[in-house]
Amino acid sequence: MKLLFEKRKSTSVPALILVPIVSFLVSLVLTALLLEIFGANPFRTFAAMAVGAFGSSHGFAETLVKAIPLMMTGLGVAVAFKLKFWNIGAEGQLTMGGVAAAGIALFMERFLPGRSLLLGALLGGLLAGALWAGIPALLKTSLKVDETLVTLMMNYIAILYSEFLYYGPWRDPKGYGFPGSRMFSADAWLPRIMGRAHGGIWVAVALAIILWIVMKRTRWGFELQIIGASQKAARYQGIAVERNIVLAIMLSGALCGLAGAFEVTGISHRLQQGLSIGYGYTAIIVAWMSQLNPLAVPFVAIALAALAVGGDQVQMVMGLPAAMGVVMQGLILFPMLAGSLFTEYRLSVVRPEAKAVCPDPVEE
Amino acid sequence: MDFLTSVLTITIRAGTSLTIATIGEILTERSGILNLGVEGIMLMGALSAFATVFYTHSIVLGFLVAIGIGGLLALLHAFLTTTMRANQVVSGLSITLFGTGFSSFLGQRLGPATNNFRLVGLRAERIVPFDLEWIGQVPLLSAFSNQDIITYIVYILLPLSWFFLYKTRPGLWLRSVGEDPQTADAMGIDVIKTRYFYTVIGGMLIALGGAHLSLSYTPGWSENITGGRGWIVIALVIFSMWNPARAVWGALLFGGINAVQFRLQASGTSIPANFLNMLPYVGTIVVLVVMTWWEALSKKVGAPAALGTSYMREDK
Repeated sequence: MKLLFEKRKSTSVPALILVPIVSFLVSLVLTALLLEIFGANPFRTFAAMAVGAFGSSHGFAETLVKAIPLMMTGLGVAVAFKLKFWNIGAEGQLTMGGVAAAGIALFMERFLPGRSLLLGALLGGLLAGALWAGIPALLKTSLKVDETLVTLMMNYIAILYSEFLYYGPWRDPKGYGFPGSRMFSADAWLPRIMGRAHGGIWVAVALAIILWIVMKRTRWGFELQIIGASQKAARYQGIAVERNIVLAIMLSGALCGLAGAFEVTGISHRLQQGLSIGYGYTAIIVAWMSQLNPLAVPFVAIALAALAVGGDQVQMVMGLPAAMGVVMQGLILFPMLAGSLFTEYRLSVVRPEAKAVCPDPVEE
Repeated sequence: MDFLTSVLTITIRAGTSLTIATIGEILTERSGILNLGVEGIMLMGALSAFATVFYTHSIVLGFLVAIGIGGLLALLHAFLTTTMRANQVVSGLSITLFGTGFSSFLGQRLGPATNNFRLVGLRAERIVPFDLEWIGQVPLLSAFSNQDIITYIVYILLPLSWFFLYKTRPGLWLRSVGEDPQTADAMGIDVIKTRYFYTVIGGMLIALGGAHLSLSYTPGWSENITGGRGWIVIALVIFSMWNPARAVWGALLFGGINAVQFRLQASGTSIPANFLNMLPYVGTIVVLVVMTWWEALSKKVGAPAALGTSYMREDK
């Protein structure tokens, strides 16, 4: 008996939905094994995680707090990955978005009266993210410089730059040595809806729907899909490949930059440590588990945010490292990657009996 | 001359982990597999080596465990990308994400109870550098004295891996699998097996580079001890145009940037430390741009033609 992978004629829709769910379950089993090895009861740990993430209004609000930046950066990464542009710079784009928003909220008060300060900060964050992503996009389209490395290196540069600002020139002189800028005026605060969760959630969900419509129902989205499938084919059809890539990647960076602007105007109300805590990397998991479909991003983002909040919870309750949640997030991707094969291929079994029906002529 | 020698000494020491991991990644990429898991594998190598040495006091065992873990993670990447035909970029990224998270988890769990189960801040045996007196007398070359065994292994491996790739039959097979898997398959080379083998070997060398960090260069464990070195390795592979003979220049360049950074910091310059710390990352981008531009101008292609693509006979 032999196993063979046969290419499906079209992508299997059940597999598309089942693979992420099964992957999530497999990662639960793997984590359970890991917990068993480290002498913790898996069921109690999972229960503690679930209670931590969803069991109280405070916990649920905290899950949303983490889900909002994951939705925004997840959408950004999904747009870039759709074009096979491996933007792993979401973290840096988020950071620069936060820096720009903070800069406007701190120093533009005189020019932007009232609530326009918040609007200016959000727009500034969006633009900064777009420009920060535009650099690797231009390097890629004009000189073919590998975007994976450039976007990643720019994360380190962005984070070092933000640290420089809040440890240095922007540091609050009345902050008792605390590394962070002074607090923004309340005009630049994003309204909150529940606990620390802020109105950015509505923007994120709306953007997911808009992006889905843009990708599936507009001419531009159609062009992007063709570029993602084959740049050669796109060129034959007269699509401006380079220009579209730069625009799409700037859109991807704008979404991440807005995520950073939300973080400073909605959560911390100042520029401080804790802006760059890895959302931009988890975004890769969000985008891939969503199969790059914008509509799936909010759900996956909430699931992964719950893992992170639950991870913090097990640290407090059971003394397990909070990195537990991050390990689980990482473990989801492996079964997901292995399973993706089944959306494009079907496993078929070749039986040896076939041979017995028509015997080898040599044997006769 | 003394100043130059001391800079060169630091440069060589800083370049060791980079060079050995670069050789590993070159071998992997030559088979057509792009492994972006370098950062994660280096972190797991650094962590497992340090934890092993801390408990067993055996440096040899520490290296062996790191190599084993690196091989296993690379095996996972090989399985996902060749057997399951997963996207190589995303599979490598997952290895890095997982390695970053898992090493941080283990670093907070594997330590002794007296240190709150943490490994951070502990001391263990480290590799003792050799004092080669005869070389210490020669100007400049004396930078090679007072280095540790891994550094010497690196400088032996560099010419060896070049010779292997360009002057031996298995080296030719490896290159042909990365250039044109269909033809290699037709010639009777087992493409899948070759890719598995060199991905695993590469992972072992990458983990060894990580182990060198926690056992020699910056002894001890700290979260994200690699600080992006894994990504610089991937840039170095491009810089060396997939040729081990050139890998040494890239590693020395980046080791040199590190050395300059240390020197400037020690001299009390007015440039803020954060900007100095950007140097390796800005340097990587500059090197990438220059190399890509130069490759395009001279019409040289360094990358294996089939890099990043999965191979499957049935697809044709």
